[in-house]
Amino acid sequence: MQIARETLLRSYRAMRTIRDFEERLHVEFATGEIPGFVHLYCGEEASGVGVCANLTDSDTISSTHRGHGHCIAKGVEVSGMMAEIYGKSTGVCRGKGGSMHIADLSRGMLGANGIVGGGPPLMCGAALSHKVLKDGGVAVAFYGDGASNEGSTLESLNLATVWKLPVVFVVEDNGYGEATGSSFAVAGTQKARAEGFGMPYMECDGSDFFAVHQTAGEAIAHARAGNGPVMLHVHLARWYGHFEGDAMSYRAAGEVAEARRDHDCLVLFRRKVTEAGLLDDAELDAIDESVRDEIESSVVAAKAAPLPEAADLLADVYVRY
Amino acid sequence: MSKKSFRQAINEALRLEMRRDPRVILMGEDVAGGQGGSAGTVDAWGGVLGVTKGLYTEFGPERVFDTPITEASYIGAAAGAAATGLRPVAELMFVDFVGCCLDQIMNQAAKFRYMFGGKARTPLVIRAMFGAGFNAAAQHSQALYPLFTHIPGLKVVIPSSPYEAKGLLIEAIRDDDPVIFLEHKVMYDDEEEVPDEAYTIPFGEANLTREGDDVTIVAFGRMVKLANEAADRLERQGIGCTVIDPRTTSPLDRDTILDCVADTGRLVIVDESSPRCNMAADISALVAEEAFDALKAPIRRVIPPHTPVPFASVLEALYLPDAAKIEAAVKAVMNHNVTEAA
Amino acid sequence: MNASITPITMPKFGLAMTEGKLAGWMVRPGATVRAGDDLADIETSKITNAYESPAAGILRRQVAQEGETLAVGALIGVLADAEATDAEIDAFIARFNAEFSAGSAEDAEEAPPEPSVIDVKGRALRVLDIGHGDGDPIVLIHGFGGDIGNWLFNHAALAEGRRVIAFDLPGHGGSGKDVGDGTLAFFSTVVVDLLDTLGIDRAHLVGHSLGGGVALTTVKNAPSRVASLALLAPAGLGPDVNMAFIDGFITADRQKTLIPVLSYLVHDKGLIGRKMADDVLRYKRLDGAVDALRRVAAANFADGKQTDTLRPVLESAPPTLIIWGKDDEILPASHAAGLPEAVTVVILPDTGHMPQMERSDDVNGRIRAFLAR
Ligand SMILES: Cc1ncc(C[n+]2csc(CCOP(=O)(O)OP(=O)(O)O)c2C)c(N)n1
Ligand SMILES: [Mg+2]
Repeated sequence: MQIARETLLRSYRAMRTIRDFEERLHVEFATGEIPGFVHLYCGEEASGVGVCANLTDSDTISSTHRGHGHCIAKGVEVSGMMAEIYGKSTGVCRGKGGSMHIADLSRGMLGANGIVGGGPPLMCGAALSHKVLKDGGVAVAFYGDGASNEGSTLESLNLATVWKLPVVFVVEDNGYGEATGSSFAVAGTQKARAEGFGMPYMECDGSDFFAVHQTAGEAIAHARAGNGPVMLHVHLARWYGHFEGDAMSYRAAGEVAEARRDHDCLVLFRRKVTEAGLLDDAELDAIDESVRDEIESSVVAAKAAPLPEAADLLADVYVRY
Repeated sequence: MSKKSFRQAINEALRLEMRRDPRVILMGEDVAGGQGGSAGTVDAWGGVLGVTKGLYTEFGPERVFDTPITEASYIGAAAGAAATGLRPVAELMFVDFVGCCLDQIMNQAAKFRYMFGGKARTPLVIRAMFGAGFNAAAQHSQALYPLFTHIPGLKVVIPSSPYEAKGLLIEAIRDDDPVIFLEHKVMYDDEEEVPDEAYTIPFGEANLTREGDDVTIVAFGRMVKLANEAADRLERQGIGCTVIDPRTTSPLDRDTILDCVADTGRLVIVDESSPRCNMAADISALVAEEAFDALKAPIRRVIPPHTPVPFASVLEALYLPDAAKIEAAVKAVMNHNVTEAA
Repeated sequence: MNASITPITMPKFGLAMTEGKLAGWMVRPGATVRAGDDLADIETSKITNAYESPAAGILRRQVAQEGETLAVGALIGVLADAEATDAEIDAFIARFNAEFSAGSAEDAEEAPPEPSVIDVKGRALRVLDIGHGDGDPIVLIHGFGGDIGNWLFNHAALAEGRRVIAFDLPGHGGSGKDVGDGTLAFFSTVVVDLLDTLGIDRAHLVGHSLGGGVALTTVKNAPSRVASLALLAPAGLGPDVNMAFIDGFITADRQKTLIPVLSYLVHDKGLIGRKMADDVLRYKRLDGAVDALRRVAAANFADGKQTDTLRPVLESAPPTLIIWGKDDEILPASHAAGLPEAVTVVILPDTGHMPQMERSDDVNGRIRAFLAR
């Protein structure tokens, strides 16, 4: 499949933005300035970006506790995200949600989620809206291998099939739910689960943007065409701890180093596009530099931004009360 | 006897009871941790905040069970096991996750004994951490004890210190009814002298952490510490407070609360849970009904606003009760008649 | 500095005491006091005690307010004669406080000695072993339901120039909860085992209440190990015992029900606080504690009477001092009547069952004098 040059540039920029955003948070978190929990998406960028490159603002996604990547891939504005993570009034959620609850409904981003398995049922609902309103949209539920075991997830697979909903279930399988390996926690296979519910199953290497983009494109097209749900199983590696502060004593010594060396989606992308002559190094370097500036200025702005005010505490519990 | 943290006190209670009774088992997400990991380590975490560290190593896979992320099934399994001979202690991690398994607690475990005509025993303990103060935002900071207190058949325990935690948890494990045991997550590093031996603190018996003549303060969990801080300051200003730690919201030690209100005639209730239908409301109703004539001033509640828990530190601080707010509430009840006359 | 200004500081009543609360002043500012007059009530974690003025003078300043909790050694008041000016006194207070806060930072390291749990022939006993000296050591034996805390006001005072060991009897405090058959004979074996373990040939035994009975039984069974006896309201010298106390102590399970029971112990009922009751409750909640108490009560007070008759032991005992509170409501002071002449008997007025707490200075002085004889 031929990918538009624009899409390539945009996707590279999104992946680079996620990488820099997360690496920077890793450093900033250690200074103690960032409140709350932070779960990093480093190493998994091609999944969110490869899937979302097939979506528009009128499609809907749900994310997880590890949500920064999905947000950026879906077009949520970076400085607003950074300010949110710092708990500032300029944050996308006005400092009231933080890292785990970044959302931007104008971008079809129905929120990161602090509850494992919270997203899939919501995406059945979003898909129902798209279907009933006939707006041509699809819904994509991103969730982890750990979340694939939740009753809410399994019930959603069933519901989506029964109602023939335009939803894609993207299992981001990084092999761990917290400190427990999926070989311990996941019974059977994702494939058998999908087939058990009567939906098509697809899988791909999550460090290869092109593989994700291609497979997700087919899955999304299938759903968009009114053929019902699809499960897309993306194989990934997580580069940092479950959350910041996790020493990862449960992972073998070279595991992360190997993923960084051999499965860095940014390196693989660059190699592929330059070898094929689609993009050149200078263009990519320019993106790198521009992203570096963007992250830097988002951090500077977030630190300088005003704190929420007392009145914000009581605002927005209801639309009207 | 030695200084132990809240975390160590809970760990020790579990350890001692598991040694004492082979039917006591542990389950939860990453209560050991590391299984299925590439390093082959087990007991890698011992719970997200290290509370159950070392228990897998001591008791092994027959007694300590890591679960998939499936609250409905393992909390329900714990209830089923409790009804059939084991004495499970299931860890729900953050109490907010009860949304995923409330049926098994509310419609199953809590109801067995009554529904089955007194024939069932469900010696189940569900441990969970609760409370705000860590910027963990709306889905990881709630103080949901009123939700459980509302459900007949459940006992609800909120320890206010390491000593209390150990004695109350051992009592919970030996109790034959389902017990929800709620640990305030900001308290895990609090330390105090805790005996090395096993001991039990009975349910439904409030603890008076101090006595004074002017105002009764009822507070739960971490709020007990804040109430004592406020009472210290007030004492220096000549206002004496009795601070009641009910220890359990169900059963609730109504008598001690009513006795103290009869003595002081003034009541301030400090409750970290959302204000509608919370413990402060419940106790206010009790006192209004049973001790109306003893009251010299309206009851005051130090409670959060009716909003989700906000993320930003400034908002979270505004949201939570603190010693200054408690102090102000006590002064307000003390000044009730004064202001009226003025 | 005017030599006639005397600082009044937070006293240290017991080894474990690091701070105290000024419960109330008993002298108004401007009043003249003599040395030994009660100055203030000081509340510790265990008990409230009157603090006696260390010197004569006019109480010029109450530095500490009622209800304030202060570190041992902190300034609570100032005594001076009429000549000292207010300015001199202000300067004195400022200087004292500056030096005190500097000093307390330095010796913050110096923690009070902690009891340790040791193995005594297979039994875990909690022991607090302090002091050095040439004479035979003292072993302090507490009574029914007690623990080493009962000696809070005596241990350090007796340990000036002498080794003094307090321990929790089996079933009590922080010791193991196995009380064997619960008899005095059993406990006296444990005392001898403790002496063996600590390498002590002979000790002065100071026994309170049931612990007095244990000491007497030790004389009976192992006379060579006992240098002398100082007995405070000892068991074994008569049949009577207040069963309302014994039963109440065993069954009371909350502060409200326990405080009236503990009140039997003292003449001045104001001494029994919530904190003291809480300490007893904490002990009673330990696994096995209440069972141990029941066993000891059954072995020693069956049918509401004391089981052992130990008066004959005093016919040929080592030197013996007996101190009894006149108003003892647990074991009546009348049990001290008609004892052999060699036994020194002291009956203290306005004192209940715990003379070592209620009259600690007096009791410490008498025991020291007795041992020095
Ligand atoms: C209902 C619920 N249970 C447990 C948790 C705690 N928790 C947060 S993330 C996580 C692991 C999720 O694993 P996975 O779905 O594989 O996502 P990953 O972290 O690997 O991205 C757990 C157990 C939670 N947030 N919500
Ligand atoms: Mg995972």
